[in-house]
Amino acid sequence: MRLSTITAVALAFTATVASAQTKYPTDVTFEDGAIAASLSGTPGDPANGQVLMNKGAGNCIACHEVTALAELPFHGGIGPMLDGAADRWTEADLRGIVADAKVMFPESMMPSFYKISGFVRPGDAYTGKAIDPDAITPLLSAQEIEDVVSFLMTLRDE
Amino acid sequence: MKRASSLAFGLACLASAVHAQDTESKLVINDDIDITTVAEAPAHAENLSEIYSGWAFRSPETMALQMDDFDNPGMIFVDQALDAYNTVEGSAGKSCQSCHGDDAEGLVGARAVYPKWNANAGEVWTMEMAINGCRTERMGAEPWGYTSGNMVNMTALISSVSRGMPVNVSFEGPEHDTWLQGKELYYTRTGQLELSCANCHEDNYDMMIRADHLSQGQINGFPTYRLKNAKLNAVHSRFKGCIRDTRAETYSPGSPEFVALELYVASRGNGLSVEGPSVRN
Ligand code: HEC
Ligand code: HEC
Ligand code: HEC
Repeated sequence: MRLSTITAVALAFTATVASAQTKYPTDVTFEDGAIAASLSGTPGDPANGQVLMNKGAGNCIACHEVTALAELPFHGGIGPMLDGAADRWTEADLRGIVADAKVMFPESMMPSFYKISGFVRPGDAYTGKAIDPDAITPLLSAQEIEDVVSFLMTLRDE
Repeated sequence: MKRASSLAFGLACLASAVHAQDTESKLVINDDIDITTVAEAPAHAENLSEIYSGWAFRSPETMALQMDDFDNPGMIFVDQALDAYNTVEGSAGKSCQSCHGDDAEGLVGARAVYPKWNANAGEVWTMEMAINGCRTERMGAEPWGYTSGNMVNMTALISSVSRGMPVNVSFEGPEHDTWLQGKELYYTRTGQLELSCANCHEDNYDMMIRADHLSQGQINGFPTYRLKNAKLNAVHSRFKGCIRDTRAETYSPGSPEFVALELYVASRGNGLSVEGPSVRN
């Protein structure tokens, strides 16, 4: 899993190029994979963020284990455990990761929840049918991302 | 790119924390047919060291259902297919049996080498295409729908007579371009979730994704009887479901894209045994 410096630099470069063409529903500025400004301008609601971790287009626990959500069944093991996420990352980092994880982690398997362009054969939700590329809405809205980030900010070990 | 090394460490820890696939149990069907469910990966599956049948990732109860044909619900459909196999249909007044012998004995071994280049047609044929070729060209009968009940049942019969034989699909001859197209599809990240077959079945097999224990997505066990929908499922139906789940526009069963993908995925299983009809959840 360890990337050599050369690969890391090359990947980071590709990511910068890609993100220059990527579309989001609102203006977004990434710096080192992080987004400093709130996407919605309204503070996030951690309770709704917690719901989104499990349900709908969020479904974060399909890939991540979170001890705080242990009462929910079936946490996946594909991404790292999110316990202590707020100790490891700033709010801006977490906003960047949830909005478009591929900017922070090039080639990541984590979906880009705020991105609306650049997909291969995008479908209309889970129908298997095509969607008009101009009609694509993000997996999570600006406010939903703020809600998820505010929930992640509650995940502290220290 | 921050903290890549601590993330790598975290991922490595998790990798050992989840349920490991079962590499100890042996699959012997009816105390008679030995099934290879783990094998050294063929050289052209360059990112894998070992290949595993999907059987090894299922629960002990599901695994047990495949050990005896009386317990395997897929075998009911093999019986139904045998009736169709013996039934005269079409303008030529023939049944499959007229040309391929009793109990599909003339088709033993076919499953292990399909999909296969068809020189007359100048294209790669799946088992389904070969069956419909006989129906329309040799029997003067109507073709069956690609994933229809009759068709998937017949593929189960033809697979069942080759159980235990090693999958040995060719990919370096005239079929090579099709194989390369299939490989390209395998590594393409589709849909709004931007996931490729490889993301789930190569990079993360043996991991849990929500409630599902990811296998390598091998097709040596097809058609599969799934407890979830209580019927036999064709390879292309499974491909379609997996692509749909990436929030993508799928391809159609029988499409050139799925034929190519099937050839490529089948070749990744060279060395495993033909196992269908298998039982999955
Ligand atoms: C398809 C699997 C998948 C899904 C779904 C997913 N992630 Fe991730 N996530 C990953 C992977 C893999 C990584 C590791 C980063 C990489 O690719 O190197 C990651 C990394 C992260 C990280 C940084 C890891 C750390 O150190 O704490 C956070 C935070 C995170 N994800 C949050 C989320 C949230 C919130 C959601 C839901 C809105 C989500 N993820 C959905 C796969 C996923
Ligand atoms: C009139 C004779 C005839 C009938 C009837 C017939 N087939 Fe065939 N079938 C053939 C011949 C000849 C081949 C080509 C064999 C070869 O190329 O080695 C063939 C090839 C096949 C193959 C590919 C086998 C391989 O090894 O490549 C399958 C599968 C098959 N038939 C299934 C069926 C089924 C199922 C039926 C009934 C629905 C059927 N056939 C009816 C004569 C027939
Ligand atoms: C989001 C993850 C994901 C992606 C992407 C995905 N699959 Fe799957 N696939 C699954 C899950 C979950 C199952 C059921 C458990 C298992 O066998 O892995 C499955 C099952 C299968 C099976 C059945 C295996 C068996 O033995 O019964 C096949 C074959 C398969 N997938 C092929 C593919 C192909 C080909 C692609 C790319 C077009 C693909 N999958 C993409 C998650 C995925």
